[in-house]
Amino acid sequence: MIRIANGQGFWGDWLEAPVRLVEGGPLDYLTLDYLAEVTMSILQKQRKADPNLGYARDFPPLAAKLAPSLRSKGVRVVANAGGVNPVACAREILRLAPGLKVAVVLGDDVLGKIDDLVTCGHELRNIDTGAPLVSIRDRIQSANAYAGAFPMARALDTGADIVLTGRCADAALALAPMIHEFGWKEDDWDLLAAGTAAGHIIECGAQATGGNCHLDWQTTPDFANIGFPLIEAEAGGHMVITKHPGTGGRVTRATVTEQLVYEIGDPTRYLTPDVVADFTTVHLTDDGPDRIALSGVRGAPRPDLLKVSISYLHGWKCIGTLVYSAPDALAKAETADRIVRERLAALNLSFEKIHTEFFGINACLAHLAPPLAEPAEVQVRIGARGRDKGSLERFSREVIPLVLNGPPTATGYGEGRPAVREVVAYWPALIPRNAIQPAIEAIS
Amino acid sequence: MKIRLREIAHARSGDKGDISNVGLIAKEPRYYPALVREVTADRVKSHFGPLVLGPVTRYELPNLLALNFVMEQALDGGGTISLRTDAQGKTHGAALLTMEVEVEPHELTGSA
Repeated sequence: MIRIANGQGFWGDWLEAPVRLVEGGPLDYLTLDYLAEVTMSILQKQRKADPNLGYARDFPPLAAKLAPSLRSKGVRVVANAGGVNPVACAREILRLAPGLKVAVVLGDDVLGKIDDLVTCGHELRNIDTGAPLVSIRDRIQSANAYAGAFPMARALDTGADIVLTGRCADAALALAPMIHEFGWKEDDWDLLAAGTAAGHIIECGAQATGGNCHLDWQTTPDFANIGFPLIEAEAGGHMVITKHPGTGGRVTRATVTEQLVYEIGDPTRYLTPDVVADFTTVHLTDDGPDRIALSGVRGAPRPDLLKVSISYLHGWKCIGTLVYSAPDALAKAETADRIVRERLAALNLSFEKIHTEFFGINACLAHLAPPLAEPAEVQVRIGARGRDKGSLERFSREVIPLVLNGPPTATGYGEGRPAVREVVAYWPALIPRNAIQPAIEAIS
Repeated sequence: MKIRLREIAHARSGDKGDISNVGLIAKEPRYYPALVREVTADRVKSHFGPLVLGPVTRYELPNLLALNFVMEQALDGGGTISLRTDAQGKTHGAALLTMEVEVEPHELTGSA
């Protein structure tokens, strides 16, 4: 049996979690997921500005901090902190912690192959909208294929303390140590599906251990010291989801089920580069306090096509806010919105969309929000986006003036004019599996 | 009798681009048939109204006492494009739990 934990559900997750996982109980592998859909484009920009950047900069200092306990406890790390520059990330780790052995998995970056792929007849249509890539070809920033678990497992075979990847399937981070330890084969579909289901459950960190869980959230024990999830994996595919003893949060059927259905489409076809897992075959059983066992998971052969995440410049956006206090807070906020829109209309600007929310009234739940008596204050939040940067810059100057020339009690404008931000958007597409050739490199 | 969905179910929601998905889970096995009967894709689509512009597809996971609703064009473009506060659909689970459904009293107690 091996223990595999996840200590980061995204870049920005709790910094203490990985340290507590390594030091707070028995563990064999620590996985860390740093890459959200749009993170690659931000990293690509950083690498353009500096060829030594383009990776998750939180990771090398963390690796250095963990280094002594990784060695003394025999814990190995699998992380996608490499971003678009895993080699530079590895070099920085070794600069801070020279004793560590680091292996990187390369080959997910297909930015340089886009034109060849298109020439060969691969349209790289957006799998959500069906739009052809040609509509954004000149605005592409990055393109990375989702790599699977096998290249990471081969990197673990080299004996590295830390395996670094760029873009990979999130669940593959946890599946890789199982393949490495148990010798699972590329067509062990049910075993790969079991590991993938368990990996999916832990990939968002404490969302599997009571974080963001609707059911009886008020009774969740000790959120402040929440334990991050770990898998006890066995060679035969039996998996238990648990957490270190003495930590906060809880592992229950509810916390695990909520995470199993999180961010999925057709549950009978959970697609990864390694296997198609059928989540309607997952059988959960209680296995003692804070322990949920998974069994019965079935898998089907892996898809021939790989998902590639392409990022492109979509345009610009700007969001301005003002706060109005009672009495009549909502009426004042609604009046402010009308004034801004009337002034913008007179300026002949170009926007793709202007969107207003009344924060505290309907911002998230819209018409489903519970009715409210007189609110003490309301924030009007007006957002605009479009392709014309000049229009957005003018928009950013149209909200604040209402402090002096609109309805009374406007406040909460301490940040001044809102920033105009570039929108780097996400374009998921499919490419043939043979378009990428994963490679493993030991860095010393 | 009419009850709010949150009395018999819990939920989690998340995003993939402009798609929001809500996993709806029965609190007890005996509530699951009522979820399957009452919470259809059509009802979810009309419940969300202007929040969801595209089609809604429902998938069943009886092994987990769960339904998964995949809602397209649900996030004003999604991710970085969206101008919404909730650009990732994090609150769509809570929004679905406000739905009213019709259940027989025995479905809640488990006795016939």
